[in-house]
Amino acid sequence: MIAKELIADPGASPAETFVINIGPQHPATHGVLRVKMTMDGEYIVRAEPVVGYIHRMQEKMGENRNYAQFLPNTSRIDYLSALTYTHAFVGAVERGLKLQVPPRAECIRVITSELNRISSHLVWWGAFLLDLGGFTPLLYAFDDREKILDLLEGITGSRLTYSYFRIGGLYNDVDDAFLKGTREFVHQMRPRLKMYRGLVTENIILKKRLIGIGEISQELCRKYGATGQVIRGSGIPYDVRRAEPYSAYNEFDFEIPHYPEGDSMARYLVHMDEIEQSLRIIEQGLDKLPNGPVMADKVPRVLKLPVGDYTYAVEAARGRFMVRIISDGKEIPYRVKLRTPCLSNLSLFEEASRGMLLPDALALMGSLDLVIPDIDR
Amino acid sequence: MTEPANTPATPPPAPTAAPAAKPKAAPKPAAPVATVPPPEPPPPNPLPELALPCTGVHHHLRGLHAEATVSPDQVVFAAEEMDRTGFSLDTITGVDWIAENQMEVIYDYFHSLRNLRVAIRTRVPRDNPDLPTISGVFPGANWHEREAHDFFAIRFAGHPNLTPFLLPEDADYHPLRKDFKL
Repeated sequence: MIAKELIADPGASPAETFVINIGPQHPATHGVLRVKMTMDGEYIVRAEPVVGYIHRMQEKMGENRNYAQFLPNTSRIDYLSALTYTHAFVGAVERGLKLQVPPRAECIRVITSELNRISSHLVWWGAFLLDLGGFTPLLYAFDDREKILDLLEGITGSRLTYSYFRIGGLYNDVDDAFLKGTREFVHQMRPRLKMYRGLVTENIILKKRLIGIGEISQELCRKYGATGQVIRGSGIPYDVRRAEPYSAYNEFDFEIPHYPEGDSMARYLVHMDEIEQSLRIIEQGLDKLPNGPVMADKVPRVLKLPVGDYTYAVEAARGRFMVRIISDGKEIPYRVKLRTPCLSNLSLFEEASRGMLLPDALALMGSLDLVIPDIDR
Repeated sequence: MTEPANTPATPPPAPTAAPAAKPKAAPKPAAPVATVPPPEPPPPNPLPELALPCTGVHHHLRGLHAEATVSPDQVVFAAEEMDRTGFSLDTITGVDWIAENQMEVIYDYFHSLRNLRVAIRTRVPRDNPDLPTISGVFPGANWHEREAHDFFAIRFAGHPNLTPFLLPEDADYHPLRKDFKL
């Protein structure tokens, strides 16, 4: 195979290769991501991601507005799991202010974050199967997701960019319609997952596209800082909800799905199992939801963090998301750093895709579960 | 801009100007405290096996388990130490301390098996922000260093491809430097 020789010696026969440009407008990249692929026939010699097409300089915006004003930005980094991103930001501010968030607010944060995680995984599931050539699952996924969006719209007022968590608590309390609807959703979703397993997961075409293909080793994950489904699909049960317990997660009983194979199928299965675990968490949250206020008592009207450096990490739908706030004691943060999971997860693509067939590499890219504004910020 | 204070690992010189309006709940109203006032003593260093000057940090206060400040020529050694002990690279970022004419670079690491978080800090002169690259130890540092170069003009010597990453390919500005005009 010519590709193997070229990988060993990239200068061997450059006349044999050609460049394919995928994106920045391409259905397989789900957003404005460009991949410059040097090909040898059907085999990839080098696939270099080019990012920055939707860069908005969120971190600079963090330096010229106060904490409350920056809060809506956090929904617009990974628009598919906006609540977890807001959680990290309000968590960092609360850590700096040493605010105690009421238990009811923490419990609702967990319930809504997990609903958001399921809706994010459903979008990924539909879009990933679309990449692989299956159109129908997307319609099922969006049907289920619609129910979650309706539930969240009822309490937050928006369907995607929620800004529901506030510094010290929540924007408002949940109502009975939400609690009843969420319980109904959990009951409806379980048989749907069973159906998806029969329809898609055990489908022979899917298995042939995913099993044994796109392997990512534990060492590769470590060297590139990959997290989320990528590291768990390589057999390491790393989940920030357990590694650095935040909010009320240490009061919940759930497992961390992980598969040792490291191939695209392992990452697929981690996603599917996580939906089940999120349903478990939601059910427990509904059962134990404490009464009480949803906003801390003494949240100062003007927020000034004590001088210092505060970080807060959460398990977003795609992996480890961390906010670092450096305060110089003023109303406006001195520095806001956003560590996003998709950037690290995509950075290993060049090494992982070397020598693969082009359609397999696109399946690998899909299994990384990328959201481009999350990379570009 | 008043003098921005530092983090506990590197006690800075006492600020010359007292920051205005401390919350009145603070026990000592006059003396400006440069760091987060820790009501509890710092925990023991969780990583004595590292050949780095680590100090323990309370995770619930700052989201870290340990941090260390090293000199700029020690960052590659620090990366090798983190690599040897099984850490993953979390992120690399800069902070522009314009009042002190310094550029801080923070290397964040996490351990996916031992559930630890460590920050390694270093400072370089703001006019001449040169550092060696750690992309030879952690290839994932490649993109983080390109980003830090975009935003702060920090130059990582030995980097394989220090070209604009998130900014346009002809960008000659560095938006997170504090003297960047909007």
